[in-house]
Amino acid sequence: MEFITAQNLTFSYIDEEQTQVNIEKADKVLDDVSFTVKKGEFVALLGHNGCGKSTVAKHLNAMLLPHSGKLYVNDIDTALEDDEFTVRRMVGLVLQNPDNQLVASIVEEDVAFGPENLGIEPKEIRVRVDEALKAVDMYEYRNQPPHKLSGGQKQRVAIAGIIAMEPSCIVLDEPTAMLDPKGREEVMSTIKKLNREKGITVVLITHYMDEAVDADRVIVMDGGKILTSGTPQEVFSQVELLKRHRLDIPQVTELCYKLRACGVNIDTLSLHTDDCVNKLAEVLL
Amino acid sequence: MRDIAFGQYYPAKSVLHRLDPRVKILSLTAFLVLVFCTSNFYSLALVATTVLAIVLMSSVPLRLYFKSLKMILFIVLITSLLNLFYGTGDPIYQFWIFKVTLSGIYNAIFVTVRIICLILVSSALTFTTSPTDLTDALERLMKPLTIFKIKVHEIAMMMTIALRFVPLLLEETDKIMSAQKARGADMESGNLIARVKALIPVLIPLFVSAFRRAYELAVAMECRCYQGGQGRTRMKQLRLGARDYVSMGVILLVICGVVLCNVLLPSVR
Repeated sequence: MEFITAQNLTFSYIDEEQTQVNIEKADKVLDDVSFTVKKGEFVALLGHNGCGKSTVAKHLNAMLLPHSGKLYVNDIDTALEDDEFTVRRMVGLVLQNPDNQLVASIVEEDVAFGPENLGIEPKEIRVRVDEALKAVDMYEYRNQPPHKLSGGQKQRVAIAGIIAMEPSCIVLDEPTAMLDPKGREEVMSTIKKLNREKGITVVLITHYMDEAVDADRVIVMDGGKILTSGTPQEVFSQVELLKRHRLDIPQVTELCYKLRACGVNIDTLSLHTDDCVNKLAEVLL
Repeated sequence: MRDIAFGQYYPAKSVLHRLDPRVKILSLTAFLVLVFCTSNFYSLALVATTVLAIVLMSSVPLRLYFKSLKMILFIVLITSLLNLFYGTGDPIYQFWIFKVTLSGIYNAIFVTVRIICLILVSSALTFTTSPTDLTDALERLMKPLTIFKIKVHEIAMMMTIALRFVPLLLEETDKIMSAQKARGADMESGNLIARVKALIPVLIPLFVSAFRRAYELAVAMECRCYQGGQGRTRMKQLRLGARDYVSMGVILLVICGVVLCNVLLPSVR
């Protein structure tokens, strides 16, 4: 079942009616973008800075509305829905900088912020906050002020703040970009756990190829258009295409690719280190 | 820069810590008025003992109280000295143009004890109440003001956000200062004007980043369905318990005591 359907989305930050100028092709942030996300799926959206990934993220929870084209979330047209909060309840957005998205000065009160806005009963909020904090492994920090936490911990609190609203889908806009390697790993394993155990649909926007490897599906964007999409295996096998658009591929994939170019007999390009080690062992022994 | 005693909250588990913050704020207000209603030594002694009892009950180290007293020591000294020399009546002791009278001594004692009491009670409130509890209680106490079209929820939300971002901006100031020093900015030498001028390269980036943060926070709040105070619930409900009623009773007793002392007992001054 499709949870999100984007049909020919076009968007520009220049308002055509207001400025009375025709939008040049170059000003289009999104240009004819179409994709779907199934319920329970883990989709990674890859691309350079400024390729339109974040703009897509803001469309998914109706922060922005498409200039042309349609975006359906759970069969609701985001542009026609009068109450943007119906969409925002279903699709939670986690932003890049954890410091700038925490509102309260105590962890549990911050997690409660979303449910409080939805007007949920105090007792129910308590239950949801505790569950959300446990889901991201931050329960024992519930009475701490956020500025005493590490970047990864803060980002996990931000994720808890979103899942306390019980959305069916969370969109994460480069959640690991400002974190150290340890924080990145904490956040990534939390995201995967939520997807696997709670069945929450995840759209992960990133420019780290390594993070996209574990997704069910990868969508690659460049210059406001969709370049390619498919399973990680399919996408990262198109090494030439990705390189032509100056996009990275995971290190092991590149190793396999280069070895194959040198004439080593490798049939499929590995995405994971252990898989690659096995293949190399096969070739060498 | 980071050492600014922020909020001054001292976490502990005393009775005072567990009191409803609304009760604490109202009691503090009552006390502030009460301190100035003492007209003789009996009532002053009653207020002072109550304040001491509150201080001892807070299980906050006394040195913290001394610290907050130290900051106003100068004011206490000046005012008590002024009072000492401006009394009326027969001088007890006199040299040059200064004369010390009995009423001057009494006035000085009154002023000193009053100011110390004020500082101690208000510190007791900030030491035992977390900033979030304080804003929360203020929001609820100010609720009746909504009929005068005062945006109580918005004010409280602003206070919450300010509390959240003050440590962040302090940290950021530190970083910007280091960055500018690394580029050769001189912030320690020169006269006052030169130093104020040296702060400009720190303040401009700080403001720019504060605005960017504000914008991002607004986006994040919208993502979390924030739509103002209407239809909003709170996770933490404030409920008055037995100890809150007891403490309100005690405060009422003290108020009655002060009034009785003032009316019935002879004024010593």
